[in-house]
Amino acid sequence: MIPPLKRPRRKNPILRTRQPLLPPWMRSRAALGLTAAAALGRFELQVCAACGTVQYPPREACHRCLAGALRWREQPGLGELISTTTVHHSHDLFFRERVPWNLGLVRLDVGPTVVAHLHGGCGPAPSRVRIGARLDKSGQGVLLAFPLDEVANMADDRQLREMTCDPKFRKVLVTDGKTAVGQALVRALIAAGADLVWVGHAEPWKKFAGLAELAALPQVTLLPLDLTDSRSVKQLAAEVGGKVDILINTAELHRAHGIASRSGVEVARAEMDVNYFGLLRLAQEFGPVMRARGADGQSSATAWVNLLSIYALSNFPPHGTFSASKAAALSLAQCLRAEMRPGGVRVINVFPGPIDDEWNQMLPPPKLGAQALAKAVVGALQDGIEDIYPGDVAQEWRARFEESPKTLEREVSV
Amino acid sequence: MPQSAPPAPADGGQARDYRDVVLVAPVTVPYVRYSIRNAHWFVAQALSRLLKESGLEKSAVDGLSVGSFSLAPDTAIGLTQHLGVTVRWLDHIPLGGACGVVALRRALRAVQCGDAEVVACIGADTNHVDSFRQSLGSFSVFARDAVFPYGSGGPNASFAFLTAYYMRTYGATREDFGKLCVAQRDNALGYRHALFKKKLSLEEYLSARLIADPIRLFDCVMPCAGAEGFLVMTRRRAESLGLPYAVVRSTCERHNAFADDAIQTRGGWVIDRERLYAAAGIEPKDVDFVQTYDDYPVMSAIQLEDLGFCAKGGAPDFIRRHSFTANGSFPLNTSGGQLSVGQAGCAAGFLGLVESIRQLTGRNLAAPVPAARFGLAVGFGMITYDRGLCSGAAILGRADA
Repeated sequence: MIPPLKRPRRKNPILRTRQPLLPPWMRSRAALGLTAAAALGRFELQVCAACGTVQYPPREACHRCLAGALRWREQPGLGELISTTTVHHSHDLFFRERVPWNLGLVRLDVGPTVVAHLHGGCGPAPSRVRIGARLDKSGQGVLLAFPLDEVANMADDRQLREMTCDPKFRKVLVTDGKTAVGQALVRALIAAGADLVWVGHAEPWKKFAGLAELAALPQVTLLPLDLTDSRSVKQLAAEVGGKVDILINTAELHRAHGIASRSGVEVARAEMDVNYFGLLRLAQEFGPVMRARGADGQSSATAWVNLLSIYALSNFPPHGTFSASKAAALSLAQCLRAEMRPGGVRVINVFPGPIDDEWNQMLPPPKLGAQALAKAVVGALQDGIEDIYPGDVAQEWRARFEESPKTLEREVSV
Repeated sequence: MPQSAPPAPADGGQARDYRDVVLVAPVTVPYVRYSIRNAHWFVAQALSRLLKESGLEKSAVDGLSVGSFSLAPDTAIGLTQHLGVTVRWLDHIPLGGACGVVALRRALRAVQCGDAEVVACIGADTNHVDSFRQSLGSFSVFARDAVFPYGSGGPNASFAFLTAYYMRTYGATREDFGKLCVAQRDNALGYRHALFKKKLSLEEYLSARLIADPIRLFDCVMPCAGAEGFLVMTRRRAESLGLPYAVVRSTCERHNAFADDAIQTRGGWVIDRERLYAAAGIEPKDVDFVQTYDDYPVMSAIQLEDLGFCAKGGAPDFIRRHSFTANGSFPLNTSGGQLSVGQAGCAAGFLGLVESIRQLTGRNLAAPVPAARFGLAVGFGMITYDRGLCSGAAILGRADA
């Protein structure tokens, strides 16, 4: 039913690059709850705290009992597709370039009728469908009607692909290939259909374990890249910046210790130089050109992934300066997200718990394996999720943080 | 879908009739596809025509009711100074397709109760080259949050859902809707203000450009600029001025009816039609012509059902059995309706009323309905999310009816 995606033809360098457009992004404040949930990969609707009525479209008060407290709650999304249409004429420039565009009207089992983008695998109305939430190109949450059962080439649906960052047939830059995480990511991206993967390594004269095997893969090209060196970043951007569809910044410097256990600022400065300034250098060189390629055909520039840390949310004193550098990177990533939005390029922040590497030697399990982390990142790309928290520790920290940041601060400082 | 019984009228009471108040001076400011004028200009021209038609001085108009979407940031109050009118009764009714019936109801009561002597009811909107697109994204909070980001097809996409559902559920065909559109175009050919001036064939209708499946080009109205208006005054005043008038037998208005229906297949008329006909003292068969709110032909079908001309789902058969030109077996949208005249924003909510007054006062611009005594004008509109929220209707009569 869904034709498989075809490998895009080589881009004709003479032709003009199509400028990125966004679908309508204006929303009321109430409606941003849908976006907030979709950014985490969840479909939530407002539910009345008093009478339990599920509401849609988002609103300020319950339409049954007028109570003012509506809470966003995850929804199963099951419902009946009661009518469909295919828009051939749109008033919006984004959709004008993309018609015909399929829509469905779905009566959710929990009550409301919703207008939704219609996945090509859905049968004609009337039929059962499942509503899910995704971020569209503007970064706002929208609803999609999916078939109940998986169909072949599900992810290749033309409309769905506008809302995801699927690596299939895309060109990826992984900024640091010397770590286990970097290498696992490269392999996971290739398994997910990435066209080619550029892999940065800061010190090409050193022979890191696994790099030679990686370089032997036909999709992989090793390139020198040192995030602490502005010239190195600029040079690589000049070379491949105009072709990178997905950038994954895996480079990080991680040393243990807080404040009193070490004298001087050199180590902390080195962490900041990679973890914060490195991101800034990358963003300045690669950001504008990727943003300009947000609608460059079937395999446009689509995502920027930052490997942060769950410690970016709240400082973990035994790794205090590292936490601070990741918090700085998180703040900068929010700025980058705002600046990339006009191009429709998604900024994905990854908040892993402690990774099972030498720098977390002294931390107890569970620790996150490189492959599990790589799988989570590729999954986020495929689903178009904006923030992910891979691993049990990260999930627990996030839950504690969401409930009470102050309590978490006290809990981890004993 | 559950078809819950319409709730009984809460008050159970009989509204006061309208026998002492009448409608005069039906006017139209000719429609244009695009205008560089603002809505204020169209309101002014409508008021000017109302005065000319009635022979009244501007100072004699002491009530003003304006329906418009494109006055912003002004409302009716800004217009009083803009147009130099001093009134003691003022209303602003941005209810699109329902604003005519709603304005009529309020103005009738105002005059009847002595709050105003002469109320000018005007529906007017301008249309700049890009204004329709701009208005879509800001039409309502729900539309902006939950409709416009989905393909931005505007009302065409919303009514495509309703049309597809109606066709599937009740067996209506494209030919059924086409028959209405073709007949209305025939009516429009005799109406000089209609923007469409060429005959439409069924083949042209069926093979027109796809807009939003199953809706094609001639299922859609053309947004344009223009104005419609009429005056409400006492019968005695109209007679002393020697003005031909139409009477109002009954009216109804209902908003957000059947909110639990999964998709719209009916409007608030279902709740109100019994009282509407009872108050008018007539039955559907006594109605000599109907002006539906025909923003899409499926809505004409739904209105014919909900206003008692056939059972729910019976419109396709009704359409096949009748002819809809002014001299047909069921005269419908006798000036061509919005589908052939154009949709000038809120003026569209007045189109059917103004044409009805013309038919009933013998001041036809379009072909007359032979010996028409009673006409039904329908209001419908405001699709703020997935359905039209407002429904209204008015049964008008000839002065001697």
